[in-house]
Amino acid sequence: MSSGTLWAVVLVGAVGCYLLKLAGLSVPAAWVERPWVTRVVEFVPAALLAALVAVQVASSGSALVLDGRLVGLAVAAVALALRAPFIVVLVLAGAAGALVHVLTG
Amino acid sequence: MSVPLTRVSRVSTSDRSRTLRDAIGLGAAVGLYGVAFGAAAAGAGLSTWQALTMSAVMFTGASQFALVGVLSAGGGAAAAVGSALLLGTRNTVYGVRLAPLLAPRGWPRRAGAAHWVIDETTAMAVAAPDRELGRVAFWATGATIYLGWNVTTVIGSLGAAGLGETAQAALDSVVPAAFLALLWPRLTRAANEPAVQRRVALGGAVVALVLTPFVPPGVQVILAVVAVGLAGRPRRVAAEETA
Repeated sequence: MSSGTLWAVVLVGAVGCYLLKLAGLSVPAAWVERPWVTRVVEFVPAALLAALVAVQVASSGSALVLDGRLVGLAVAAVALALRAPFIVVLVLAGAAGALVHVLTG
Repeated sequence: MSVPLTRVSRVSTSDRSRTLRDAIGLGAAVGLYGVAFGAAAAGAGLSTWQALTMSAVMFTGASQFALVGVLSAGGGAAAAVGSALLLGTRNTVYGVRLAPLLAPRGWPRRAGAAHWVIDETTAMAVAAPDRELGRVAFWATGATIYLGWNVTTVIGSLGAAGLGETAQAALDSVVPAAFLALLWPRLTRAANEPAVQRRVALGGAVVALVLTPFVPPGVQVILAVVAVGLAGRPRRVAAEETA
C-alpha cells in the first residue's frame, strides 16, 4: 500500500471515528437508544475483537499458520485470567512469541 | 447557614481531589499502552506521523488497533477503515449517555468534548458521585490519556523501527494479545450477558478463521461481525417485540 493510500486510510478512519463520537453528543438520544441499536453496539465489539484475535494469531495473508503467536496468546490468556495488568500481559505474550521464534528459528 | 455550606464544600473538595487522583492514575496507566499501538502501527507499515495522526485525531484505542491489525494482515483500505468504524460506534452510544452530564454549550465545546468520548472517560464520568465531579473526571481522564497515548505512540513507533527479527516475532505476539486484553473484560466481569458475549466472540473468531483462505485479508473480520449479527437477529427481534 502506497504512502498516499495509507494517509487516506488513516485520515478517513480518524475523521469517521471522530464523527461517530460527535454524533453521540449531537443527535437526539431517542435515535440511538433503540433496542436493536443498543443490542448491536453491545455485541459488535466482542465479535470484532475475537475475529481480530483469531486473524492476528493464526493467519498470514490468506493462509492459516500456527507459530509462536499462538503460544503468546495462550500466555496472555493465562495472565489475563490471573488479572495481570495490561502492560504485563503484553510483555509476557511478546516474550513467549520471541522465545518460540528463537527455539524454532 | 454558613456551617453546612462549609461542610459541603469541604466534603466536595476531598471528593474532588479523589476523583482527580483516580482519573489521572487511570489516564497515566492507559496512556502507556500507546507504546504497543505505536509499535503495531510501525509493524503495519505506518510512518510515525501516520501513527501519531491516528492517536491524535482518531483517539480511540480499539479502533486504532483494529485498523493497523487489518493492514498488517494484508487487508485493504475499506476493510481497515470499516473495522475501525464498527468499533467506533461504541463511542456514539457513550456520547448519548454523556450528553446530559457534560451538557456542552455551543459547537466549539461540543466538538472538543466529543473528541475525548472513549471507554475510559465514559466509565470515570459515569462512576463519579455527582454531575460536577463527573465532568471533572471526564476532562481529567481525557487530558491525561490524550497526552500519554500520543507521547507513547511516538515512542512505540520510533522504537519499533530498530527491531530485529526476534523482536519482530515478539511484536507479532503482542498485537493479538492486545486484542485479547481488550476483549477479556467483555467476556468475564460486569459485562452485560457475559455468556452471550462469549458465544458471540467464539462465533466471530470461528467465522473469521474459516473465511480466511477464501476472502481478501481483512474482509473476513467484517464478514464475521455480519455473520454473528445475522445469527443473533431473531433474538433481537424478540427483544424488540417485548420492549
